[in-house]
Amino acid sequence: MPNHIIDPNKWIDSYSDYLYNYTISRVNDRDIAQDLVQDTFLAGLKSMKNFKGEASERTWLISILKRKIIDHYRKINSKKGKAEVRMTYNSDTETEGDWLEERVADPFDKTAEDTLENSELGVAIHNCISNLPEKQAEVFKMKTLLNYETEAICNELDITASNLWVIIHRARTAMVACMEKNWY
Amino acid sequence: MSNIKLECHEANHLCDKNQYKETSFLERVRLIIHLIYCKACREYTKRNVKLTKLINNPKVNTLEESQKECLKETFEKELINHH
Repeated sequence: MPNHIIDPNKWIDSYSDYLYNYTISRVNDRDIAQDLVQDTFLAGLKSMKNFKGEASERTWLISILKRKIIDHYRKINSKKGKAEVRMTYNSDTETEGDWLEERVADPFDKTAEDTLENSELGVAIHNCISNLPEKQAEVFKMKTLLNYETEAICNELDITASNLWVIIHRARTAMVACMEKNWY
Repeated sequence: MSNIKLECHEANHLCDKNQYKETSFLERVRLIIHLIYCKACREYTKRNVKLTKLINNPKVNTLEESQKECLKETFEKELINHH
């Protein structure tokens, strides 16, 4: 019996930022990331009938996105293969022979590890935002991530400023708790 | 406003506003004075500032409204075809 229902009308509002951050940390290019997210939504729509409801919508979309990212790397790699690669590594004869081992990234390199973790920060933040109640998530995003003016948000959502600050306060408290659990 | 002293919930409100740089100079002074003697609000402020720092990290990416509209447009065309 399906535990999760699927509703593509809300996909973009609910998941696009999460998927986008997930993709950027893996492909390092904004435009490509946006295209891959787009492809994922379209592919999801096409194969909607295969959604069995065993996992949440988001997990299911991520699994499609993973395939898309792999495909993307396959594509650029096959392009690379067509060019001849010539590299002059060591000009001195002394170190000749031991080239590859030397060039493998040091796994304990502090800075490399830091960047790796940082690149997942966006995923963690958007994960926590998606755990917020819908209204809080909306206001928090507009205020904090899109940097809208307080007045603009109030007008658009038809709430008072003190309303807004109460929502922001609740959202921030929940965000801190969520990030402390999942991130720090 | 007559009293310089703040209640804790007022201090937290100013602290929230401060995360978006929407406090006046006087408000900041009142907040700082409150923080001197209130440990609970110091703790709240500390965590709040930490959250702001995380969010302002350039690695946190958010799609612009225009990009989202662009996604939606393509997606909705497909959605109509789908039904």
